[in-house]
Amino acid sequence: MEYLIGIQGPDFVLVAADNVAASSIIQMKHDYDKMFKLSEKILLLCVGEAGDTVQFAEYIQKNVQLYKMRNGYELSPAAAANFTRKNLADYLRSRTPYHVNLLLAGYDDTDGPGLYYMDYLSSLAKAPFAAHGYGLNKRFILNLPSFTVRLIDKEGIHDLEKLTLGTK
Amino acid sequence: CTRAKTLSSPCVLFGQRALQNCSADSSEDPFLTSSTLPTCLPFASSQSVPLPFPMAHGTTTLAFMFQGGVLAAADTRSSCSGLVACPASQKILPIHSHLVGLTSGTSADCALWKRILARELRLYQLRHGRRLSTSGAAKLLSHMLHPFKGTELCVAATLCGWDGGETGPGSRGETTKNQMTDLFYVCSDGTRLRGMLFSVGSGSPYAYSILDQGVHWGLTVDEAKSIAREAVYRATYRDAYSGNCVDMYHITSKGWTRRNREDLKEEYYREKERRKHEKTERRDVTFSD
Repeated sequence: MEYLIGIQGPDFVLVAADNVAASSIIQMKHDYDKMFKLSEKILLLCVGEAGDTVQFAEYIQKNVQLYKMRNGYELSPAAAANFTRKNLADYLRSRTPYHVNLLLAGYDDTDGPGLYYMDYLSSLAKAPFAAHGYGLNKRFILNLPSFTVRLIDKEGIHDLEKLTLGTK
Repeated sequence: CTRAKTLSSPCVLFGQRALQNCSADSSEDPFLTSSTLPTCLPFASSQSVPLPFPMAHGTTTLAFMFQGGVLAAADTRSSCSGLVACPASQKILPIHSHLVGLTSGTSADCALWKRILARELRLYQLRHGRRLSTSGAAKLLSHMLHPFKGTELCVAATLCGWDGGETGPGSRGETTKNQMTDLFYVCSDGTRLRGMLFSVGSGSPYAYSILDQGVHWGLTVDEAKSIAREAVYRATYRDAYSGNCVDMYHITSKGWTRRNREDLKEEYYREKERRKHEKTERRDVTFSD
């Protein structure tokens, strides 16, 4: 069970993701980072089926970087979100759809902070706050031990202190 | 099962996965062909044991990093739907002098993909003049396996390697404490994880219980070997699909070294003797009071 959350503020976006990489019932890693840096001010958070997450997120990441190399300027968060959604939609009705749930968080110099919610059926919604999964603590049968937290503002992406909740 | 059915059904599925039709071949032993091995046991025996939870890959393999390099250990039992197809198979396959792969899953798939990986790594070395790092090899394997996602292909490999100076700069995200060893878990479902400790297979929960409490960076080589051996032994003790012998490989800057295969049967008898001895000792103590 994986968890992502994003909150948009007046001039920042705060995002957090859990750190567990699991294989059926075994935790293979406790410090796995689910955030992919698309550019200086855009983060893509990705959860879902095992290989699909990394393959899809890295594909988007490399394409966004290629755009910057070709054109000399970066994609805006809105453009990156729509690009991602289009790719998900194209693969949805193929033989190999990607089963991934995403949050894209970014800061645009003209439009300000933005948080975009996308799911595996390639829906896209710009929202002031969004989450994937169950973030319960103390009530859920499985407790997620720790979370990576990052902040995006006009200066870029900042790492905040890792949150460790519940019993170790 | 007729011969035609044997050929068209999917290749052998390991351990508890083989509740459907399977053909009993592809053991590691090259002398056993499909004509001499019996075909699948009748369903009655293979369905008699219900699974507590879905767990594939009938094996126990483990690998961990410590100050003295990387240690990899595995059992040697190949099973097929309840019968031991081969008690002496090799699950740790060296790929080149400084990279070793532990395999779990379908035996034939693992052997094939190990050879494909070895070929691709050698081609890379010839084309680019430097050896691909363990991280690169894991990425290559992961990308090669991606098109087969959703099919019956089942490969869960752990790559343990030492990246020499000639592999060039790479991303060393985790603290490897200035050491060039690396450890990756790659699975045919697309997972690719870098870590300090991995155990894969049906016996992995039992191995994890020993490793999680004993493994730390400062182990000596002998301590590491004994803990790895103990972990495999405990997994074979409890897991029906792991057993027979234990193989151990140690990877350092000088390459991999292989410890002689040890039959765990001896250890079972030694432990049994110890328990019997302790029981008689306890009884003597109570009598003397």
